Amino acid sequence: MQKIGVFVCWCGSNISATVDVKKVAEVLKAEPGVVVSENYQYMCSENGQALIRNAIKEHGLTGVVVCSCSPRMHEATFRKTCESAGINPYMVEIANIREQCSWIHKDIEEATEKAIILGRTAIAKLKLNAPLTAGESAVTKRALVIGGGIAGIQSALDIAEAGFEVDIVEQSPTIGGNMAKLDKTFPTLDCAACILTPKMVDCAQNDKIDIMTFSEIESVKGFVGNFKVEIRRKARFVNEKTCTGCGVCMQKCPAKKGLNEFNMGLNNRPAIYIPFAQAIPNVAIIDPEQCLKIKNGKCGLCSMNCQVNAIDYTMKDEIVEREYGAIVVATGYKPISLENFNEYGYDTYKDVVTSLEFERIMNAAGPTNGQLVRPSDGKHPHVITFIQCVGSRDTSGCGKPYCSKICCMYTAKHAMLLREKYPDTEVHVFYIDVRTPGKNYDEFFRRAVEQYDVDYIKGMVGKVYKEGDKLMVQGSDLINDEQVIIPSDMVVLAAAIEPNPSVRKIATMLTASIDTNNFLTEAHAKLRPVESPTAGIFLSGVCQGPKDIPETVSQASACAAKVIGLLAKDTLKCNACVAHSDEMICTGCSVCENVCPYGAITYVDKEFRLGGGKTEVRRVAQVNPAVCQGCGACTVTCPSGAMDLKGFSTKQIMAEVDAVCKR
Amino acid sequence: MEKSEQIKLIKERSGTDAKKCMKCGKCSGRCPAYADMDIKPHQFVSYIEKGEIDKLLNSKSLFTCLTCFACVERCPRGVAPAAIIEAVRQEVIRMQGENRVKAEEIPEIVDDKIPQQLLVSMFRKYNK
Repeated sequence: MQKIGVFVCWCGSNISATVDVKKVAEVLKAEPGVVVSENYQYMCSENGQALIRNAIKEHGLTGVVVCSCSPRMHEATFRKTCESAGINPYMVEIANIREQCSWIHKDIEEATEKAIILGRTAIAKLKLNAPLTAGESAVTKRALVIGGGIAGIQSALDIAEAGFEVDIVEQSPTIGGNMAKLDKTFPTLDCAACILTPKMVDCAQNDKIDIMTFSEIESVKGFVGNFKVEIRRKARFVNEKTCTGCGVCMQKCPAKKGLNEFNMGLNNRPAIYIPFAQAIPNVAIIDPEQCLKIKNGKCGLCSMNCQVNAIDYTMKDEIVEREYGAIVVATGYKPISLENFNEYGYDTYKDVVTSLEFERIMNAAGPTNGQLVRPSDGKHPHVITFIQCVGSRDTSGCGKPYCSKICCMYTAKHAMLLREKYPDTEVHVFYIDVRTPGKNYDEFFRRAVEQYDVDYIKGMVGKVYKEGDKLMVQGSDLINDEQVIIPSDMVVLAAAIEPNPSVRKIATMLTASIDTNNFLTEAHAKLRPVESPTAGIFLSGVCQGPKDIPETVSQASACAAKVIGLLAKDTLKCNACVAHSDEMICTGCSVCENVCPYGAITYVDKEFRLGGGKTEVRRVAQVNPAVCQGCGACTVTCPSGAMDLKGFSTKQIMAEVDAVCKR
Repeated sequence: MEKSEQIKLIKERSGTDAKKCMKCGKCSGRCPAYADMDIKPHQFVSYIEKGEIDKLLNSKSLFTCLTCFACVERCPRGVAPAAIIEAVRQEVIRMQGENRVKAEEIPEIVDDKIPQQLLVSMFRKYNK
């Protein structure tokens, strides 16, 4: 017979306000097997833990039930407490009387009754618990970073700095991401290229970092410390190792109608191109949709002019398989499509541009060489109107329900740069709220108003229409209580940002959770902000939520610290609650092998003695405990009932159900 | 009728939640009848929340609103200012206690092109 101790936590008033904790402790004390039952204000505190340790020693307890918060919160804490007092950590059961009871009920009597039932259930399960020992698995000392924007670059540099090897997998032909497209960065107005390109070069030169551009994740198998990843290296039709980036091919290419992706489609590029002057790797790529040689076999000019014979029109995609201990997701963002917002005329008028397009227009390396001209007629605009919150904070279904966070600041930046460089311009900004929390942020915005005479209008724009060659911006001025119409030469839309569309597929492969807006979910919003709930997966940058460059870089470094902490370990403790198969019952049907997401189950032919000197060879399932994650998929799928999960056996679960039903 | 009761009724009839408004003013920015309104579309949303029933009932905007639904179409928060205006308008008409449309007059004014739906909604709006 076990000697069980029950410990009921008040969690301050979190539990005790709705659950009569004293009564719970008292009632549970009468359960068979329970020798001691206590209640305390904060069981997780040092004093609370001491209470448990003393009770274990005093009463010689063999198992402990803690009625408290969710096991996700403090199961590890109480397991450690009991281990230090000499009890096997798997002889601890948590009855969740906070999230599953006190927080969701209002009536004290009902909640108390439920808490007692939950406690009883945990006791019933504990009676069937057996001491378990966790195995160990080795850690592959290499990290994968998915995404080569500023987030991925910073994470990779920091991980490499600690001496671990890192691979960056980037889907576009160059690393650098969105930041490479920016002109200046707030709030200090330093040039984006000047601070980003040295970091890109550092990545390329670091022998611990392997950059795989124009590549995508094909599949992910395994678990923390032991991921196996297949990477598709898409055909770029140019040999990355031999190409010198001289650019002669770009000049010779006759097909120059491709839209320049790097310049947001504002100008054209040849079919063979280097994305931008500072691209890493500085290697050309052929767009097969545009290339005349690939399309109809006629041309080949680039190949003829290439000094190093780097061009290969027959190149095929290649699959590379690598092993990693940790994976960083840094897939970033893109501005939303504006098809739902025709009131602003983005699809109708050329001079209505998005902020990222405006960024390219203002950039010295952009399509206009930094000259502010209208895309429609190349004339210099005099009145520029900015519209904020285009698709942000939109619950109507047209846009995104969240605040994109970066738009207030970059619009203030654009307005200020404009007025600084072109004092003849008149700048208006329509805003709903100006949100500038952050060091030197509000001061930055105020400078736009006070020093640069930018006209901020509180209100939203209802429509943009054309009259002559002017874009008429009609909107509310809520402070002056009037409807205003501003004849403008150019309109800039601060479009909402959304996670890169590739993230859904990647999250599915990683079994990392994702929210309704496609942002990856962190393990704990406050205490584990850079980790996914899936072990070994880390989050860096906007894939986790909207953030600006300073925040992204901080998070990227935090993420790297977590990865280094993991890779520094030689082995990881495995989950002790793993599946095992009863060979006497197993029929060798292979169903469990097929459902196992971790590849932990294999089948072996085994000889069994039948008695009377006879033997029989049967095919039976075997579980590799180092690989099994204890998800339980095999136990529910096994038709013969041979598969069972240690610590969560069918018997234990049925005992819990019985305890819940018993009155 | 109690004023608070009246506000509650109007809110119910409008079927829209004025609390969702984030006060961006896009409705009034788009309104084509703005110049002829004493109370603007965004103010209807704000006044109904603040319980300013008298101002609403006496507004001339009730009859200058074109019911074009541009404000509804453009609202980023899914609030329907036009539906609130419509609900207040109905309340005013009902308070006047008069049947504006009589069933026996229908055969005279009806023609083939009038959709049946319009007749039904006309009865709803202009009959007590």
